[in-house]
Amino acid sequence: MITVDNVTVGYGTAGFIKAVDQVSLTINDNEILGIAGESGSGKSTLMRAVYGDFSTGLRILSGTVTGRFVDATSGQVIEAQSKNFAPLWWDQLSYIPQGSMSVLNPLMKIEQQVVDGLPARERKGGSHALRQRIAGFFSGFGLEETVLDAYPHQLSGGMRQRVLVAIAAFVNPRLILADEPTTALDVVVQKKILLMMVEIQRRQRNSLVLVSHDLGVHYQITDRLVIMYRGQIVEQGPTAEIFANPQHDYTKNLIASLPRLHGKRAVESMGVLA
Amino acid sequence: MTDTPILEISNLTRTYRKGGLFGGTSFNAVDNVTFTLPSTPQVFSIVGESGSGKTTVARMILRLVEPSEGSIRLLGRPLSGKAHDRIDDHEFRRLVQPIFQNPFEAFSAYLPVEAYLRRTALNLRIASNDAQAVEASDAALRSVGLSYERIAGKYIRQFSGGELQRISVARALIPKPKLIVADEPVSMVDASLRMSIVNLFRQIVEEQGVSFIYITHDLSTAYYLSDQVSIMNTGRVVESGVPTEILDNPQQAYTRELMAAIPTVGERWSELAEIDSQFGYADARHSKVSPPTINNDA
Repeated sequence: MITVDNVTVGYGTAGFIKAVDQVSLTINDNEILGIAGESGSGKSTLMRAVYGDFSTGLRILSGTVTGRFVDATSGQVIEAQSKNFAPLWWDQLSYIPQGSMSVLNPLMKIEQQVVDGLPARERKGGSHALRQRIAGFFSGFGLEETVLDAYPHQLSGGMRQRVLVAIAAFVNPRLILADEPTTALDVVVQKKILLMMVEIQRRQRNSLVLVSHDLGVHYQITDRLVIMYRGQIVEQGPTAEIFANPQHDYTKNLIASLPRLHGKRAVESMGVLA
Repeated sequence: MTDTPILEISNLTRTYRKGGLFGGTSFNAVDNVTFTLPSTPQVFSIVGESGSGKTTVARMILRLVEPSEGSIRLLGRPLSGKAHDRIDDHEFRRLVQPIFQNPFEAFSAYLPVEAYLRRTALNLRIASNDAQAVEASDAALRSVGLSYERIAGKYIRQFSGGELQRISVARALIPKPKLIVADEPVSMVDASLRMSIVNLFRQIVEEQGVSFIYITHDLSTAYYLSDQVSIMNTGRVVESGVPTEILDNPQQAYTRELMAAIPTVGERWSELAEIDSQFGYADARHSKVSPPTINNDA
């Protein structure tokens, strides 16, 4: 679906600050791909380069990001570079940006924000019918119809996050890019949202790219995993294999630093309190 | 050292009103919470989701919110109530210090961070002049693995979240408090650095004899770090005790739900398997490879 070939991405016009350094990867059809790494490792920048959002001063210095999409109505194959992805947004690919708390328009009701990004083919049939469809879709996310008439500040963090996932999935895109979609949420809400995303992916058989620094999340839901460190990919492969047999020292450290239930405790590992 | 408990909380309740002056309803954000922190230094965790009331408990211990009912006693003395018998503000701040969730919001962007440490030392009269304040700050910073020279002159954006949270810890340590109340101190910190902060807390408990109230939604770090855990839901404590006992044998449905929601390595969420079977997915990757065994020593 997407082929990232030896791409170097960064910011700045006068000087160039490298954020992603010679990265190659493929996003296949029908899979959940995880991207892990600490802050500053280039996860979000890579995500923006794949989405084709260069509005923030992002530049591809070398390499290519090629997308291959099939038009749903005509069956035509569209092949494009990511800098030309904009016409495909909210049709073939959608993006759940980081920091859901602040990305919804505070002056617009939720319903308008859903309708706003819809491609023409989704708008057919009048606004009442569309509202019914949106309400039906939202109910699958545990969101009541009243949410459509709410402004973002009237919703809790978890609800806003679900609204964002719902908006991104409503257009039935072939590729959903989710940047830290559940960070800063409570675990119970996080689990609900993650399960919802898996269900959407399984039903639509599209591709989901999940960026998260939480390896536990990756272990639970991703099929393949990419580990980034300082702008480079240090390891990639099937998630279970990486966890069973991490090759790179950084990956080993990441896995070892995961807290676990029933594991060893600080009290015991320090051996002071007996 | 006497055996007076650090903190005794009994029947603590905080009521908020919703709606208008005459109509409207009231609800208890914190409902009849009781617990004791004994004199031995330790970590006491309060675990719960948003809206469970855990932060309100923390804010009442920090005297940022007045209790509606019940009492909090610090070293046997009341925190609230009539002015003449409660602990005065100055002494209180020497004894109890906070650490907040987001260190980028705890410090101003327009002041170099070391100014906060110096001010803490001067305001709490740990130091009487600037040179002593620098000395006290440096000592505190060294105990968290930093130093005054390393941070001097820098502003918050020049630090990573993990470093800045270490600086918050150092600031809290300056008056050599008896108790630190840490409200979600690691939830903004990267997963890879989280454990180093959590281990730092443990180290401070053991080496400096400071007790911690650790407020979190993350049961796994609470389990790892604490001597006692209380699980809160809708304002009430639903279960409390020693973490190993609670997690090995959770009595409440809510505790089990909370445990099941943690994305851990080992067992896969059962709902995921249901989704997979519903859509005809073989659970290939989890059946082929057995979960790894790793120890936390690394």
